[in-house]
Amino acid sequence: MKILVWLTEGTWEACVDAARDLLDGQITLLHIIDPAIAEVLAVPPTALLGRGKPLAAPDTLADAQHALLDAAAARLGRPTARLGRRGRPEREAVAASADTDILVLARDGDHTSLGPRSLGHATRFVIDHAPCQVLLVWPDRPPDLATIPPPPPHPPAKRTHRPR
Amino acid sequence: MVSTAVTVALLLGVLAFAVARPWRLPEAAAAVPAAVLVIASGLVPWPAAVHELMLLGPTVGFLAAILVLAHLADTEGVFRYAGAAAARYSGGSPRRLLAVVFAIAAAVTAVLSLDATIVLLTPIVFATAAGVGARPKPHVYACTHLANSASLLLPVSNLTNLLAVAASGLGFLTFAKLMALPWLAVIAVEYLIFRWFFADDLATPAHPQPAAPVRAPRFALTVLTATLAGFAASEPLGIHPAWIALAGALILGGRRALRRSGTPGGSDRVTNHPTRLREIWSLVVAANPAFCAFVFALGIVVLAVSRTGFGALVDRLTPHHADLPGLLAMAALAAILANLLNNLPATLMLVPPVAHTPGLVLAVLLGVNIGPNLTYVGSLATLLWRQVLHAHDHSPATGEFLRLGALTVPAGLAVAVAALWLGLRVFGVS
Repeated sequence: MKILVWLTEGTWEACVDAARDLLDGQITLLHIIDPAIAEVLAVPPTALLGRGKPLAAPDTLADAQHALLDAAAARLGRPTARLGRRGRPEREAVAASADTDILVLARDGDHTSLGPRSLGHATRFVIDHAPCQVLLVWPDRPPDLATIPPPPPHPPAKRTHRPR
Repeated sequence: MVSTAVTVALLLGVLAFAVARPWRLPEAAAAVPAAVLVIASGLVPWPAAVHELMLLGPTVGFLAAILVLAHLADTEGVFRYAGAAAARYSGGSPRRLLAVVFAIAAAVTAVLSLDATIVLLTPIVFATAAGVGARPKPHVYACTHLANSASLLLPVSNLTNLLAVAASGLGFLTFAKLMALPWLAVIAVEYLIFRWFFADDLATPAHPQPAAPVRAPRFALTVLTATLAGFAASEPLGIHPAWIALAGALILGGRRALRRSGTPGGSDRVTNHPTRLREIWSLVVAANPAFCAFVFALGIVVLAVSRTGFGALVDRLTPHHADLPGLLAMAALAAILANLLNNLPATLMLVPPVAHTPGLVLAVLLGVNIGPNLTYVGSLATLLWRQVLHAHDHSPATGEFLRLGALTVPAGLAVAVAALWLGLRVFGVS
């Protein structure tokens, strides 16, 4: 089984753990650099008021990507392929999972208030469009049963006429 | 009519050159010849040109001194320390890190000017966010946004403020007193919108870090605090704050030089001499003489535009009373002009017609400082990374930045104008 693990800052540990403990197969670790952040950091040396040096060395983001992939490989503790990409994260993740059996990703978004909007924009997009099975992982701990809201006090009124 | 067209074309040419920077020439390479041209052709008479240069002199000197001061603060480790402090106070939580970054970016922008935040603080914030396992985007965007919108507080925070203070004669303390409330209001609005806009990225779990002790650069922080106090004290004493900034830079740079020659390794002349030359050269680069020349030349070219029919048009468009609708109209006009032209020519053009009314001058600054967050090309701060689009030929993820600007700029302008109006009433200034 080909397993693709999409790593993002802040939540990648949970994805690596899930792939290691729950799945059996050939693992590829994926990290994507967001060009939006690259733009902010990659100011050329001669920019206006730039005072002759770029904001960050051009390979700062690539270095950060390498470091993250290294840390993830070490946490995984078994041989793995690495895939570093650059582009709009949700679209790159979908494109990268074209040739895989299962994609592992972490739930994005605020899950202190669970409900229809608790999935972040990127997670939502990938779940909708990924051309493979998807394993969705909680970045911290899964919620317990108490987070289910109580049922509404009155059952919804029964419709007498059902349009046909 | 012809002179209007010629001068406006010259101004647009100078600005276009500054953005495109063909063959990596400094922006002054087009601006200085353009300034010489308008003087030689009589569009700006000699006495008016000399008067403009005298007016801009202390302002540009102040800018250069602040740039050097920020550079020295960086070499002394002030920004590294700020990053370490941010990591510690965040406790590994992305949301708390955002709050700390907001506080630091607002303070750095206010005291050391917007480009200290963009050039010196932003890379540190990126590294800090990566270090605590947070997604860096909200925190890095916060720096670029606050570099503009948090540059309201002091005359030193933004070159636009310095130009407006020079043209209107507003005092340092009066400026700070009236702008404190709008500054706080804009930062609060930006913070709330950032929390909502980046809710996904900020909701990742906290990664508590072992607290790594970082030694505070006490001397540099003391000098910066004393310089800030000096700015406030210089006004009653009748000293231009540029001298205070220069004194701060000299103290920081002087101690650095002394310490170098005092260390055992420092007596090794063979290695020491080139190092010292390189350090002095880095100070000259930090002061950015080419950019200072650009500001002088831009002042002359804008003066030429203002003296033609275009200036009369701007004069007719500007409101004349610092009441709430007047302030709002002024700030909106300034924001639009800052996005169309750039914030520097917008300031040079809008401040002289309203220089007699402090309220309207400050409303112009609200517009030219907050407005640039709306688009890429708005201000120098955003021009800094505008050029990336030319350098790398990838499709930019500009949509997100524009959406964020479309949210923060109108809201920020509205609360800032209301806060300014309130401040003017409370302090009895019109």
